[in-house]
Amino acid sequence: MKTNFLRDKAHWVWRETLAVHLRAPETRIASSLSPIEIFVALYYDDVLRFDAINPLSPERDRCIISKGHGSICMYPILADLGFFPKDELEKVCMAGGILGGIPDPVIPGYETVNGSLGHGLGVSAGMALGLKTRRADQQVFVVCGDGELHEGACWEAIMFAAQHGLDNLNLIIDNNHIAMLGYTDDIVSHGCFSERLGSFGWSTYEVDGHNISDVCATLHSMKATRDGKPKVMIANTLKGHGVPGLENQPLSHIINPKPEVIDNLLESLM
Amino acid sequence: MTEKPIAMRDALLTRIWRAMSSDENIYFTCADFGSPVLDKIRVDFPDRFVNVGIAEQNLINVSAGLALEGFKVFAYAIAPFITMRCFEQLRVSLALLSEVRPMNINLIGVGAGYSYVVSGPTHQCYEDITLMRALPNFRVLSPADHITASAMFDLCTANVGPKYLRLDAQVLPVIYSQDIGAPNLETGFKILRTGSKVCIISTGYMSHTAMKVADRLAESGIQVTIIDLFDITGFDQAQMQALISTYKGLVTIEEGFRGRGGVDALFFELAARNDIDIKHLNIGVEGGYRFELGSRSELHEQVGIGEKAVFDEVKNFVACL
Repeated sequence: MKTNFLRDKAHWVWRETLAVHLRAPETRIASSLSPIEIFVALYYDDVLRFDAINPLSPERDRCIISKGHGSICMYPILADLGFFPKDELEKVCMAGGILGGIPDPVIPGYETVNGSLGHGLGVSAGMALGLKTRRADQQVFVVCGDGELHEGACWEAIMFAAQHGLDNLNLIIDNNHIAMLGYTDDIVSHGCFSERLGSFGWSTYEVDGHNISDVCATLHSMKATRDGKPKVMIANTLKGHGVPGLENQPLSHIINPKPEVIDNLLESLM
Repeated sequence: MTEKPIAMRDALLTRIWRAMSSDENIYFTCADFGSPVLDKIRVDFPDRFVNVGIAEQNLINVSAGLALEGFKVFAYAIAPFITMRCFEQLRVSLALLSEVRPMNINLIGVGAGYSYVVSGPTHQCYEDITLMRALPNFRVLSPADHITASAMFDLCTANVGPKYLRLDAQVLPVIYSQDIGAPNLETGFKILRTGSKVCIISTGYMSHTAMKVADRLAESGIQVTIIDLFDITGFDQAQMQALISTYKGLVTIEEGFRGRGGVDALFFELAARNDIDIKHLNIGVEGGYRFELGSRSELHEQVGIGEKAVFDEVKNFVACL
């Protein structure tokens, strides 16, 4: 069963992400655990066309990871798919390695600069416009965090994408509801993303971001829909997913779980 | 016969418009800012022209996306807004990303210095040279007339990487007449007039002021060299060093803040690094932001870069050499 394969893969990525964090505690763990099913769906369920050997091949669908810090789970995925050697996972944040605390575009599989938040969506809109101009059928997927959508530049891009009917642009919001200092609803609330983005002219899809089969089905359905509107999947997720003491904690962004907690957790789930 | 002067932007945009019919890789973006020639671009090439609205941050990110898709992008807006409103986008999506990706992107900023005379400090631009030259990988270009602005089209299309062109909003007289010759893009600067003892380096509008001041100095028996610097980050350093080493005094004149990292800093550094023994007078906008109204030359006199102010400063400087 594909669903079982994907569920197992997501679990494997979850374990590997925790293992990377154990070796490199500088990495942001909580925000890297919420989008795991999103990335597993994109890369293991034939949503994205990619070429691990030639990552910038023109044939690829573009995948922009705008929430850079919160994408450490991409390290095991890209290594597993052959974008770079697996031994890089042993050298995260170390001299001589390519995988930093925040991913840079020197990493095969990362398209743009993601360290500073709020840029990915605008760049993605430009890529989508360029592809449309060339009448290319490749699509652009961009993964943003909900906290990142506080940046005004994101909303400039949201208006722009609707105006130009960029139906080759697929935004995925990892809606884990928590920024660095607490719940986004307590900082500046986004209200209901579906309503808000719908009113901006986007086609909206909302899913439980940890339900792998729903995430996959939604992404395939989005990719197949080309009706003159940009598309957004609001994936409701939990920051720090699966780690007691971290999951959905308002300060999870800056909490580093104790190594023994992760060790015990990984052992108990063997 | 000398060509009749036109606006720098019209000269450059005409080159772009002409090239767009044969080069399908040219894309034009703007942040709700126009010109008569721009109307031709938007009518003739609607699928390669986009107005993002008053949204410079998105202008830069969208342009970056287009450049990543292989387009040669010209992004057009008012100078202070295309440089300062979106500075982090310039840093992240252009300067930083172009370190690892080929991106041909050319920012056209209109309104260098005080060119928007009555619009006040929001629309005037005295910080752009400092800020833009702080960004690695960016090439900063500052033409003094429409002939140079037009020639820069060749430089923009031939060179990958982000560039910033600061254009004057007013129609300035022609500097590169047949007598002077074409602006040599490989060198990045041009000797407009040769004197002794003192070498004046100016850019943009201030090259016109420098020429007028040189005439007045000549009447007082002082012959100065004038260099028009139009490629601020890419000029031939070796040639420039060899040239300025032959003078006792160097004067930089810019329509930007004095002593805040602009053209003056560039030459203080050039001389210090290469152990060139030369006295340096840096003329630029004195003080901070001002709200007085008046003509451009009146405003220039108030901030120390008018013809009279420059003449007085240079004359005193020469007397002390």
